[in-house]
Amino acid sequence: MKVGVVIFPGSNCDEDMVHVMSNVMGFDVERLWHKSADLKGVDLVVLPGGFSYGDYLRSGAISGLSPIMDQVREHAKKGGLVLGICNGFQVLTESRLLPGALLHNDNQRFICKNTFLKPASTTYSISSALDADEVLRIPVAHAEGRYFIDAKGLEDLQANDQILFRYSDENGDVNADTNLNGSIDNIAGICNKAGNVIGMMPHPERAAEQVLGNTDGLKILQAMLSSVTVK
Amino acid sequence: MLESALQLGLLEEEYEKIKEILGREPNFTEVCIYSIMWSEHCSYKNSIVWLKTLPKDSDRMLAKAGEENAGLVDIGDGLACSFKIESHNHPSAIEPYQGAATGVGGINRDIFTMGARPIAQLNSLRFGDPSLAKTKWLLKGVTKGIGDYGNAFGVPTVGGEVFFDECYNVNPLVNAFSAGIVATDKTAKATSYGEGNPVFIVGSATGKDGIHGAAFASKDISEDSAKDLPAVQVGDPFMEKLLLEATLEVIATGNVIGIQDMGAAGIICSTSEMSAKGEHGMEIDLDKVPTRQDNMLPFEILLSESQERMLVVVKKGKEDEIKRIFDKWDLNCAQIGHVTKGEMLNFYSKGKKVATVPAESLVLGGGAPVYHREYQEPAYYAEYQKFDINSIEDLKTTAEIEEAARFLLSHPNIASKKWVSEQYDSMVGIANLSTNKPSDAAVVRVHGTEKSIAVTVDCNSRYVNADPEQGCAIAVAEAARNVVCSGGEALAVTNCLNFGNPYNPEVYWQFVGAIKGMTKACETFATPVTGGNVSFYNQSADGGPVFPTPTIGMLGLLEDSKTHTGMAFQSAGDKILLVGESQNCISSSEYLYSFRKEKKSPAPYFNLKEEKLLHDGIRAAILENKGIQSAHDLADGGLFIALAESAMSKGLGFDIKTEADFRKDAYLFGEAQGRVLLSCKASDEAHLSGFLKEKGLRVVTLGEVSDCGKYLIDGEAITHHEEAKELYDNCFAKFLD
Repeated sequence: MKVGVVIFPGSNCDEDMVHVMSNVMGFDVERLWHKSADLKGVDLVVLPGGFSYGDYLRSGAISGLSPIMDQVREHAKKGGLVLGICNGFQVLTESRLLPGALLHNDNQRFICKNTFLKPASTTYSISSALDADEVLRIPVAHAEGRYFIDAKGLEDLQANDQILFRYSDENGDVNADTNLNGSIDNIAGICNKAGNVIGMMPHPERAAEQVLGNTDGLKILQAMLSSVTVK
Repeated sequence: MLESALQLGLLEEEYEKIKEILGREPNFTEVCIYSIMWSEHCSYKNSIVWLKTLPKDSDRMLAKAGEENAGLVDIGDGLACSFKIESHNHPSAIEPYQGAATGVGGINRDIFTMGARPIAQLNSLRFGDPSLAKTKWLLKGVTKGIGDYGNAFGVPTVGGEVFFDECYNVNPLVNAFSAGIVATDKTAKATSYGEGNPVFIVGSATGKDGIHGAAFASKDISEDSAKDLPAVQVGDPFMEKLLLEATLEVIATGNVIGIQDMGAAGIICSTSEMSAKGEHGMEIDLDKVPTRQDNMLPFEILLSESQERMLVVVKKGKEDEIKRIFDKWDLNCAQIGHVTKGEMLNFYSKGKKVATVPAESLVLGGGAPVYHREYQEPAYYAEYQKFDINSIEDLKTTAEIEEAARFLLSHPNIASKKWVSEQYDSMVGIANLSTNKPSDAAVVRVHGTEKSIAVTVDCNSRYVNADPEQGCAIAVAEAARNVVCSGGEALAVTNCLNFGNPYNPEVYWQFVGAIKGMTKACETFATPVTGGNVSFYNQSADGGPVFPTPTIGMLGLLEDSKTHTGMAFQSAGDKILLVGESQNCISSSEYLYSFRKEKKSPAPYFNLKEEKLLHDGIRAAILENKGIQSAHDLADGGLFIALAESAMSKGLGFDIKTEADFRKDAYLFGEAQGRVLLSCKASDEAHLSGFLKEKGLRVVTLGEVSDCGKYLIDGEAITHHEEAKELYDNCFAKFLD
């Protein structure tokens, strides 16, 4: 299993992801430069968090146009696994690899804190491999994380079981009070219909080591990869 | 020309000195150069005499105060930590968003220009009366400015302080701290030498923003200050992030002779400081500087404080390599001149020489003026000393204690700052160990090692105002106590000295007192001062100076991250121990000042020897695994607030008894220094307590942690977890949203 972490100008969680994927999970990791058109034969492409191109214009909008993204689209089309975290999720929606959009948080402020996620999908590996009753404590750090999609799109996501995680409280209750940024249906993460393109606002890589006092994020990353066939 | 010089803030005697140096009348560009380089902000002319008295030495110092852009401390195993704090008060007073943002940008450039990758940021903020609309505007703008810049830059903001007092109504204080890690053989220096070596300007293009920013920072804030708006710079964190990566990559090539960021006074400051240090000159063609607009005048290009720029001198023949790296990051990289023999800086524009000045004559430690200022004890000092605790009646009933407890829990100086801190990315870098284990200092691991650094910023300016010497020593002690309680060893200090107008002898008396207190305390804790900055003129035209605010930024080290100790009580049944001397003292406490509304009292009880003994004892107990479950220092709000803060994070309660020998208010809310609250398992109590007593410390078992959530004092429930949390957590949201 080979993991590629894309580095856009302004990415700032790239090295965090490299560290977790290589030092914690033991994968071969390639750094993929945004100007390059070579995925170096990776099985999983990670679009990390950060502020690619300063998030000027709209978060993730400019990155969608960089050379590496043509390759990522190809990779996804062929069924290759793509994971976008935070800014990476924004890049995926801007690139139309995932439906919907990420808007400014409803309090109009950046929010960085631990939040609780309830696994939602029973179909797709990333959450179905998790204990559906186990609430995960995962940090968020974003200003534009309010997931939005039109009514028809939401219906599709629900009908296809594409909603992976919802913002909940520590007991797993999902309601308006536990919706920290105003996302529609408390959505924190989704996947495409084929299940190979995954986007989530919370940062599992920030909760993947005992020394940080939280390994719930590692469970998510492991679950996601559990279904991947090793080449 | 003399008239221009005076308008630009130079004194007549300074103008005469310029003539003497040049052997002729300076031209306008040269007058601009001297006015900015000899401004307080760049030259430290009114503070350097006293700054030189601060302790600078320890085995760990790799760069001493003033030698480089930031201090450099050996943390072992071939690594060093570069750290510094700086003010951005004046810009933030009139444009809080950009003022604070560029403060963050500036301090981080000081760190990565040393070759160090920043891993932790802190900030220390002071505002006026929280009920004023202006204070809310400033607080929101500053918070957003720090967040937007630091978050995009990608370095976690792991802690800080927010303090309110009406003395800051007009002139808020915004102090930004950053710490970075570098291999000791990969550091870069701010120097320039080697005739013919090329000089590059890299990063953003140069615009008209921030011209005379340093001069603006060197005068009082007044009604007219808004007119100085063009002196405030505009930040671009995206550019800074690219500059960080490109700079570290360039330094790693080993071809860099010297590098310095462009902050105050822009090109003229970096060319002169680097040249003076390396004892060489430069020829610079200003037409080659990438500019944002056409027809900028030479003085504008020289003085522009456009952000996210660096001056780099590289080895001749390596031009292409540096260009390749900056090209990779899509950054400007223009050769603007070369190093020359001798000490002259020659600047050209449109083929003509527009300025020629000796580098040495411009800089601190060289030709820049040095003044001894007069100082005089203000009348208020003696008056404050006369405070008699008996003039304040003690709290008698449970209801009275409850009222004070609720008041303090929800006081903005004490309550949770999460409204602010949650707007900062505190976790990027996956190194902040305090996220899930809050501690008195922020503890951030050093990747690839077992080590962590512990960092904190502290200053209770009310204490410093009451007694500058004692108050500043307390600031150092509190910072060290925070490091020790978190499981670290205090290593070194950076300071941000925020004072009023130095030409006011009473303000200067505060400054001198603070330096003396800092010296005493830093010597005691063996924490030399590695640098920082001085910000004078923090006062309004009519409101007088702010409280003297010598913010202390402290660096601590945990050789083994496993010694990280949190402040939260862990489980019901654990014993609660108070270590240190209790006192009948309520002086300068938040309780006395805000709740009892007595503004005039001396600094609280403080004894440097006892303090040192306390730190050594706590540190030994942590290192030798004596069973400490939590450690939290007693600070603002005293014992009660320390108990509440320790209980709150896990929703626990406590049941304690006070000692009858002390006034109730002093015991619960007094801010006598030198005390730490510990918790341990009941089975470890005797052993831990005995260990600390052997170290010469007073230890009292106050009671125990409970899971009922009640805050029981002498059998009476003062409040309950739910209520306390509501008061403590929502204070900021209530007055800001």
